[in-house]
Amino acid sequence: MAGAKEIRTKIASIKSTQKITKAMEMVAASKMRKAQDRMSASRPYAEKMLQVISHLANATPEYRHSYMAVERERKRIGYIVVSSDRGLCGGLNSNLFRRLLAEIKEQRAAGIEPVFCTIGSKALGFFKRFGGDVKAQATHLGDKPHIEDLIGTVKVMLDAFESGEIDAIYIASNEFVNTMTQRPVIRQLVPIVGGERDDMPYHWDYIYEPDARTVLDALLTRYIESLVYQGVVENGACEQAARMVAMKAASDNAGSLINELQLVYNKARQAAITQEISEIVSGAAAV
Amino acid sequence: MAMTIHVDIVSAEGAIHSGMATMVYATAEMGEVGIAPRHTAFISRLRPGDIRVENQHGEQEHFYVSGGMLEVQPHVVTVLADTAIRAHDLDEAAAMEAKRRAEEALAGHAAEFEYAKAQAELAEAVAQLRAIEKLRKLKAG
Repeated sequence: MAGAKEIRTKIASIKSTQKITKAMEMVAASKMRKAQDRMSASRPYAEKMLQVISHLANATPEYRHSYMAVERERKRIGYIVVSSDRGLCGGLNSNLFRRLLAEIKEQRAAGIEPVFCTIGSKALGFFKRFGGDVKAQATHLGDKPHIEDLIGTVKVMLDAFESGEIDAIYIASNEFVNTMTQRPVIRQLVPIVGGERDDMPYHWDYIYEPDARTVLDALLTRYIESLVYQGVVENGACEQAARMVAMKAASDNAGSLINELQLVYNKARQAAITQEISEIVSGAAAV
Repeated sequence: MAMTIHVDIVSAEGAIHSGMATMVYATAEMGEVGIAPRHTAFISRLRPGDIRVENQHGEQEHFYVSGGMLEVQPHVVTVLADTAIRAHDLDEAAAMEAKRRAEEALAGHAAEFEYAKAQAELAEAVAQLRAIEKLRKLKAG
């Protein structure tokens, strides 16, 4: 049996680990709430934009923007991979990468090559290890991501799409189902889905300033950016939720470990006392 | 009661203002516009500047936007505000910067995606997670 002192130090060290994980859990819980608020705050903007875009698309059928054009034959596809900056959040990132991997495999079988663009250090690290054509990256967005940090990264992808280098853009990120569940999803960004609704008969049109094209161009870029921003914010909420759950599990584990060790420690102490007493008794008997 | 028009000012990072107004002034692409209720449908880009919203009580509220879009329908005005200062050159610079960062971070790495290696390592990570899960269940049970 290990010495009582050794066990005592071990218990102390686990206790301090538990303190850290518990603190992280609570921090993640409060950050998660804020991230969720941010998630819902960004929604009206994108919804409103889609509304205007679909109206414009219906109102000006003679001008088709390339983002809304019909699907072209796919040879290369761009993926915007959204990950967290930090670890200790369970299987959040690895689940996403696994989902992405399955997707890439499918595309490869069809002869389509992937091009990447990463947001968050974990995704960058992933492609650093495994290679891959990474066109642009953004890391360290912090808890409060700002859209201006994403503009450049998104533009690289959009430019590549417009020059014909890639034929579609997808975003891979985690979807916030609830606190316990986050689901990795891959969604199509460009060509825009849901931009066309035939059930809206329009008998009126806007007055455009300066003209429909300019307005539509500006809107579309912002719309894509806002979708990416939403993905980033949602992924942030997922990260905090996953971290909260992971840290809770870690704290619980530490607790049960401490209990077990305490038992062992008590036994060791008891054994030492019994031995001491028996030594004294036998010593007295010998006299 | 004076005629009013609903005003929504939203940005990608959150709603800024929502309420009724009797008049809205904004700096559109081609000059300042004033929008009264029942204005015809109108859409324009916004220049950086002030948006003034006048409500039924004659009070004015000011919002600064660094650009964005203005959409007007007879009963609703929507301002899709930018949170960042946008200009073609600035966007271009941001894109170059994002590219440069990627190149810098990934200097010397293979451009070919190593599927097998990635899969192996991910499988390991997942197996680890699963093992932990199992252990926990075993303990609990």
